Amino acid sequence: MSIVLLSILKSLALIILLLTGFAYLTYYERKLLARFHVRRGPNRAGPFGLLQPIADAVKAIFKEEIVPGHVDKLIYIVAPALSLIPALVIFAVIPIAPDLRLGGFTLQFHVADINVGLLYLAAIASVATYGIILGGWSSNNNYALLGSLRTAAQMISYELPFGLLLAAIILTTNIGREAGTLSLIEILNQPRPWWLWLWLWLAFPMFFITMLAESNRSPFDLPETENELIAGFQVEYGGIKFALFFMAEYISMITGSAIMATLFFGGWRGPFADPGTWYGPIVGFGWFFLKVVALLFVYIWVRASVPRIRYDQLLQFCWKVLTPLSIGYLVLTALIVVFVG
Amino acid sequence: MSGFKDVLDGAAEIAKAMGFTLKTLVSEPPVTVEYPDEPMTIYPRFRGRHELRRYENGLERCIGCCLCEAACPTGAIHVEAAENDPAHPTSPGERYASVYEVNLMRCIFCGDCEAACPTEAVVLGHTIDLAVYNRRDMLLTKEQLLNPPDPNTVIRGDW
Repeated sequence: MSIVLLSILKSLALIILLLTGFAYLTYYERKLLARFHVRRGPNRAGPFGLLQPIADAVKAIFKEEIVPGHVDKLIYIVAPALSLIPALVIFAVIPIAPDLRLGGFTLQFHVADINVGLLYLAAIASVATYGIILGGWSSNNNYALLGSLRTAAQMISYELPFGLLLAAIILTTNIGREAGTLSLIEILNQPRPWWLWLWLWLAFPMFFITMLAESNRSPFDLPETENELIAGFQVEYGGIKFALFFMAEYISMITGSAIMATLFFGGWRGPFADPGTWYGPIVGFGWFFLKVVALLFVYIWVRASVPRIRYDQLLQFCWKVLTPLSIGYLVLTALIVVFVG
Repeated sequence: MSGFKDVLDGAAEIAKAMGFTLKTLVSEPPVTVEYPDEPMTIYPRFRGRHELRRYENGLERCIGCCLCEAACPTGAIHVEAAENDPAHPTSPGERYASVYEVNLMRCIFCGDCEAACPTEAVVLGHTIDLAVYNRRDMLLTKEQLLNPPDPNTVIRGDW
């Protein structure tokens, strides 16, 4: 009973955290992009424009709900939620701070420690495609449908290098042990030798590119190319339903950064983030937060620097460059695990 | 193998682009003019809101000749002239403008009225904030034209 209640409370806290994170991520992105463009960004609502996300939320919520007459109503309404939920539930397996021990009671800062954590990541990331495809399909609009079909091709293609790189990371958990693990919490608790860190960081650029493509971020934001598809799958959506799609994109950015922080940069680990102490969780969460913010900065930095690529280039890059590279990386990792481990 | 070289070249280009944007981020302060808080910079011959001018002795320059009304390509100006009272003249000439209205919804800020005016009474000033809440407020009366607001602008020196 109490474990169910605790999980519900943790999920609620996580959702609130992520939605607030989304709101301030839009602020962070707008401010940063503005500075990249030698502009100022939002600065009228509240000090430094800090109330801007709240104003935007109020605006989105109070907009008139319009359901166009030519759409498939049920799917049209369900689709935004379907794209948002996977982005939220991925976070369940990511540890955001070390355990807190108070007397005999242990509070863990993750919702679920499942033994197939990485598989869960890959599975839920694929489910997110459904929301976008159904949104585009039910809109009954050429542009929306084209946008959503592109998303399908893009996400399925990039799942391949994503999965291969994940497999390589899973292989490294075998080093010096009888059996490897798929749990993110276990991976974080295993100490890695320094050469393994370097070897994993070699894969980080490739992994980052697949994460960019998975979350439909620039330069891979082909599903919503303004210049050819107006806004792709979102074209018939307005008000809070559009905001849900928007949230899905930004929360999957946060989730992607959190995954990368956990797999490549040690998650909450850092100086003074000692498990078992009273200050450990606070410092650990601080480190985790810093790493996620730094990775989000890279997302935005890429958006400010790299132009959107053409659709055939996108798929060519995936199939001709990224997939062979990640297969090679997987094979080399396997060799390292066999001969060194 | 040429594909592989393309990838390396592309990566180098992207690294260059990202280096450039990062340099911009850290080294260049924003160039935004925070307009209502800071004055806007305009050229000295900028054509903004209309103004009616006076002589130093307080008499109005406008003599009610209606040439601006005739010159206006959009019919934005409406002038009605009246005879000056010789004891208390409003303008130095025989007649003055009893009604002088500019409809800013019609005006295209071409400056023909300025050019047509024989006494340089009507000029296009430097006021640029013309937004109002009410359509009636777009119709400038003679009082508003004679008492222009302080323009929230500075004139560029480098022209």
